[in-house]
Amino acid sequence: MKFIDIEHCYKIYKNGVTALADLTLKIDKGEFVFVIGTTGSGKSTLIKLLYREEKPTKGVVNVGGINVSKLRNGNVYKLRKKLGIVFQDFKLLPKLTVYENVAFGLENQGIKSKDIKPKVLLALERVGLKEKIRSFPNQLSGGEQQRVCIARAIVDEPKLLICDEPTGNLDPATSKEVMKVIDSINKNMGTTIIMATHDREIVNTMKKRVITIENGVLTHDEKKGKYIVDEVVQDSK
Amino acid sequence: MKLFRILSRNINHAFKSVFRNLSLSLASIVCTTITLILVSIAVILTVNVNNFTKGLEEELTILVLMQKGTTEEQDMIAKDEISKIGNVVGENVVYKSKEQVRIETMQKSSDLKSIMETWTDETNPLKSEFIVPVKDIRDMKDTAEQIKEIENIELVNYGEDTVTKLVPIFDVIKKASIVIIGALIIVTVFLICNTIKLTIFARKNEIDIMRLVGVSNTVIRLPFVFEGLFLGIAGSIIPIAATIYGYILAYDNLNGFFVSNIIKLVPPLPFVLYNSLLLLGIGVIVGMLGSYRSVRRYLKI
Repeated sequence: MKFIDIEHCYKIYKNGVTALADLTLKIDKGEFVFVIGTTGSGKSTLIKLLYREEKPTKGVVNVGGINVSKLRNGNVYKLRKKLGIVFQDFKLLPKLTVYENVAFGLENQGIKSKDIKPKVLLALERVGLKEKIRSFPNQLSGGEQQRVCIARAIVDEPKLLICDEPTGNLDPATSKEVMKVIDSINKNMGTTIIMATHDREIVNTMKKRVITIENGVLTHDEKKGKYIVDEVVQDSK
Repeated sequence: MKLFRILSRNINHAFKSVFRNLSLSLASIVCTTITLILVSIAVILTVNVNNFTKGLEEELTILVLMQKGTTEEQDMIAKDEISKIGNVVGENVVYKSKEQVRIETMQKSSDLKSIMETWTDETNPLKSEFIVPVKDIRDMKDTAEQIKEIENIELVNYGEDTVTKLVPIFDVIKKASIVIIGALIIVTVFLICNTIKLTIFARKNEIDIMRLVGVSNTVIRLPFVFEGLFLGIAGSIIPIAATIYGYILAYDNLNGFFVSNIIKLVPPLPFVLYNSLLLLGIGVIVGMLGSYRSVRRYLKI
């Protein structure tokens, strides 16, 4: 079985919208995968299935040996402990410092402070923010805030890092900076990375596996893919 | 140790949260305080009324007079009949023959003594009597009616005056206070529930992030339950202090009696301590119920 194993997966929302239809996808450990598609194509739903924010209507979703489709609400935290998630809107707590934000999850899991400290410092070092540990989020630039989020996501060294448009709010130069960090995590820590994005330039320059989803259907899956969504949209016009 | 760290962190959070929503927290605490003070007053009333009526039950008896000139045999038949009545404590029915009544009266009054001394068994105009204790003084009237039906009985006297009329009034007070307190407790639960709801909304971001980073549902819910608990406990402090201090003070000032010497108050110790424990218990339960309800309804995980 692959690290991520999605088989014949359907997601139909209560209002009748089919977000995903018969999606089958396998991802190996340590892979770096871009998920692209227009707004409403179903890529966010796919991402949400991976961290069990949504449950598939039909089919199997397996992440790192956990059958996500059968995971009960009360046990979702067991899955989330094993993965890191980064969002477009950062989701940092404004009243906590950078250090506290990164340590937040570990502290709430009841881990000893002296065990938390080295992990947090290492994570912040990996994203290049070790000197900002006492700053508050509003004292940081957008790129720095996103790097704090990445540090929070990787602090417990997860096997999988899920990124939902992490550069959506950033300018191209900052985006590049953030992508460098994510790429280095993939290379140095061996973390599997799945990233939904709209950023054509990033996808085209990084030359990673690219999965294209249109109207809930997986249309392209290329080893060293390119951003092809716009062309598809133009074709359909 | 891990559990201890999680708990201390949560308690800390809950404590901060009480101060963050100070106005609403205060409203909940004040509401709990008022409710618990009323509960305390009701408990003090009920316990004292119970104590009083119990005392009455032991003292209040029905006086039954036989007709003039009954034989002892006839008296005994009547005694058996009386003892059979459900509300009568059969074994404690006291019988006094007219001769005994004569002797007792002579002992009490020297004036009567000179007259009664001359009476013989035949000329004794007194009547034999029974003193009949009852189980429940509320049914005293019915019991008296039943006794009246028995043969050879002339007069049944059960002191149908103020004292027995007080009992149903006490009953009404007891029932009314239970209803009012019940309603107040419900209002308090809702108020605490609302306070916790606001906290949940205020901390929505934090809860979302907790869920994302893999914090278990129990740990996410705990601080809110603790917050409710804090509110309940904080609300019970003043009522407990007022109960202990107020009751002891009242007891001492009234010398242990209420209004007249008939109504004897329950001694403060250990009564006030039990009452305080009850108040704390209600505070805790009300707080937990309020927060539990909110967590169930508004904290979707």
